[in-house]
Amino acid sequence: MSESSVAVELQGIWKRFPGVIANSNINLKVTAGTIHAIVGENGAGKSTLMKILYGMQKADEGTISIHGTSLVFNSPADAIAAGIGMVHQHFMLADNFTVLENIILGSEPKSGGKLDFAKARELISDIAAENGLAVDPDVLVGKLGVGDRQRIEILKVLYRGAQILILDEPTAVLVPHEVEELFNTLRDLKKQGFTVIFISHKLDEVLSIADEITVIRQGTTVGSVNPHTEKVSARDLAEMMVGNELPTPQSVGNTIQDKVVLTVENLSVRATGGKAVVDGVSFKIRAGEILGIAGVEGNGQAEILNALMGIESSTGRVQFLEEDISKKSTRHRRDLGIGFIPEDRQRQALLLEAPLWENRMLGHQTKAPNAKGFWLNPRGAKADTKRIVAEYDVRTPSIDVNASALSGGNQQKLIVGREMSGNPKLLIAAHPTRGVDVGAQAAIWDHIRNARQAGLAVLLISADLDELIGLSDSIKVLLRGKFVTDADPATVTPQELGTAMTGAGKAA
Amino acid sequence: MNLRRIGTSLIAPAIGLAVSIGATALILIAIGANVITIFSSMWTYGTSPRAMTLMLNLATVYFLSALAVSIGFKMNLFNIGVNGQYILGSLAAAVVASNLQLPKVISITLTILTAMFVGAAWAGIAAWLKVARGVSEVISTIMLNFIAIGIISYLIVRTSIGTETSVNIRGTKLIPESGMLRGSAFIDPGTKVYGFFIISIFVGIAYWFLLNRTRFGFDLRATGKSATAARTSGVQSTRMIVTAMLLSGAIAGLVGLPYLLGQTGSYNLQFPTEWGFIGIAIALLGRNNPLGIAVGAIFVAFLDVSSGQLVLEGVPREISTIMQGLIVIVVVISYEVVRRNQVKSEQRNVAKALAKQEVSA
Repeated sequence: MSESSVAVELQGIWKRFPGVIANSNINLKVTAGTIHAIVGENGAGKSTLMKILYGMQKADEGTISIHGTSLVFNSPADAIAAGIGMVHQHFMLADNFTVLENIILGSEPKSGGKLDFAKARELISDIAAENGLAVDPDVLVGKLGVGDRQRIEILKVLYRGAQILILDEPTAVLVPHEVEELFNTLRDLKKQGFTVIFISHKLDEVLSIADEITVIRQGTTVGSVNPHTEKVSARDLAEMMVGNELPTPQSVGNTIQDKVVLTVENLSVRATGGKAVVDGVSFKIRAGEILGIAGVEGNGQAEILNALMGIESSTGRVQFLEEDISKKSTRHRRDLGIGFIPEDRQRQALLLEAPLWENRMLGHQTKAPNAKGFWLNPRGAKADTKRIVAEYDVRTPSIDVNASALSGGNQQKLIVGREMSGNPKLLIAAHPTRGVDVGAQAAIWDHIRNARQAGLAVLLISADLDELIGLSDSIKVLLRGKFVTDADPATVTPQELGTAMTGAGKAA
Repeated sequence: MNLRRIGTSLIAPAIGLAVSIGATALILIAIGANVITIFSSMWTYGTSPRAMTLMLNLATVYFLSALAVSIGFKMNLFNIGVNGQYILGSLAAAVVASNLQLPKVISITLTILTAMFVGAAWAGIAAWLKVARGVSEVISTIMLNFIAIGIISYLIVRTSIGTETSVNIRGTKLIPESGMLRGSAFIDPGTKVYGFFIISIFVGIAYWFLLNRTRFGFDLRATGKSATAARTSGVQSTRMIVTAMLLSGAIAGLVGLPYLLGQTGSYNLQFPTEWGFIGIAIALLGRNNPLGIAVGAIFVAFLDVSSGQLVLEGVPREISTIMQGLIVIVVVISYEVVRRNQVKSEQRNVAKALAKQEVSA
């Protein structure tokens, strides 16, 4: 390997915050024209490292070399000038702008003081064609799905002349077939000679796409493997990441009781245009049963959940135990004992600028320990928040910090803990372990399984097919607002399920 | 942690004060005035017992007005109609009180309830328009201000509600002494601190309890922090809009009472009609927190009272209005800057604290 073929070399990177070491002696060598994955648990120091490489933070010690030249980055502008581009996990796009406008925003081609849209269009279609990134430049970004938005983010970076792309957890927001599309794009980019640094903690994906994998644990690089030449499994990687054994979800025994908790008949939700997003869906969930709904994101899952919680208006019948709740308010449904873990935790489940103990009250502000009649009970809420923090291993120095200060995984643990409080009879959960690291994931699974044993009925939606198969007693596949097929979690494989979700074939 | 929080929440107003005093000084220098004499004469007069009394009286009014605005602000509802709500409330209160011959406590209670009811009803129109018709409350409350002024002029000039009170001002019949709340001259022997000063303190305390210690208050704050999360948690947004608007109007109804019951005893055509707008500025200054609002109200009242000195020094008194405007702008900007920094520094501190735990574990 000649020196020039190394695109990025980090040597002895240290980053200390007062009293804390975020990165300690990180060494990383990324070969040009490869896809290099960086894996590690939440909080292992991946983000700090990438911020250093992208010029958002400065390392205390160590050197950064790009194509053999040692450089110092004082700001992302320096990194961009050196050909580094970053695709953030949370997209930074303006919904009311077209694709074209979003791509050129901030580095618009000009001619004589005017925006040169013709030139921009040409440039973008060239880049798009070279890399197989199909986009319509005149569509409003607000109308696009997650996969398209990500392509635009990648185009944005390429448009600015990046040769080295950093992708921060790019698959966290994607469903399986979109992941496949992204990987095809990345492989194309690799063929074109681009270098891709891919941050993730989804190990199967990393193994399928990366040419080299570097593992970070507790702020330092603990090793690199080449999946092409070395035999390495997801389990091996995970053990490198956490430093010990890891669990898998396993459905233990049958706990289904006779009592039907939730009966849904002919539930339909219409979009503003009148199109049925959920189209006559019926199902039953018994006490002690976990019903999983598999489906590519955007096929009506979110609408089913919102309709069941009374947040979105719907037609059809929803019966909870003996009571018809079809026309009841959200608060009434919650007071009956329905816990809800929504899809979008930051928008629907948290008050980011409120302390954790106030977040403990959210959605449960009518009940003990949070309220006594008309009055709030901050003391009770605080005590119970401490319990959740302990039982669900929410990593926080105090329950008085704002929710925005926690990492996504810890926010999720708090939400799960909250919704499992007060012995709910039904839990409606979307992606309960999204963004949560391996150890905490197993703990959440255990909590759900224990509650199920005690008679909790669960409606589970998850993009993590292993989780769905591992936890559910039965699975229904949702496609364009309808159930198309059932799958038996005891026999179905993620591949079969994935195929059924796209409507290509039958599962099990 | 908490001490630090209090410290950082004082940064913004301190910056606002410093910048606006600095900028005012520059303006004064630009028009050729002697900055030091002017500031020191404002201070000397402003801290005299008489000025302090006037200041407390004005601050009582401003405080109530800002509370009314801030209850809406807490859930991103903009009640710009405090003006209309309080003038109608004051008029109704004046009419009711002037026709009562009852013991003081009962008479004043009835007067207060009347003012609150009318203020709430007037705000309720805007609430209904918003909930049922989707009309922005900003537009409707502004328009309702003009309508209120029109109605009042009509009632006082054209109907028997108005009489000639003094030389040539029409107004309502004088309220009997048993219905007045004149207060006591405990600072300056010649001027009384309005009796409503005490009542406004209780209103402030009640406001704090309502917002921080009741389920309703939690729903209100949650809606302001994240409408989507509040909705998911079971808050019914239409009901919240109506309740918050009615409450805001009810408090707004009180704004004119300190002056009505402490001074004029009659609602006449010279009754001030602009106290609602100052309330918006003070709610921003005080960050919707009753204590902050109290400080803001006293500060703005101080500037208003002591600005009389500017004229004596040969400087236009509008300088004090400029200063008030500057301070609001600077404080609002610095709050936002401080808030963003706080969010970031808290994230850093949490990460730090956790890393420490892990190292020691």
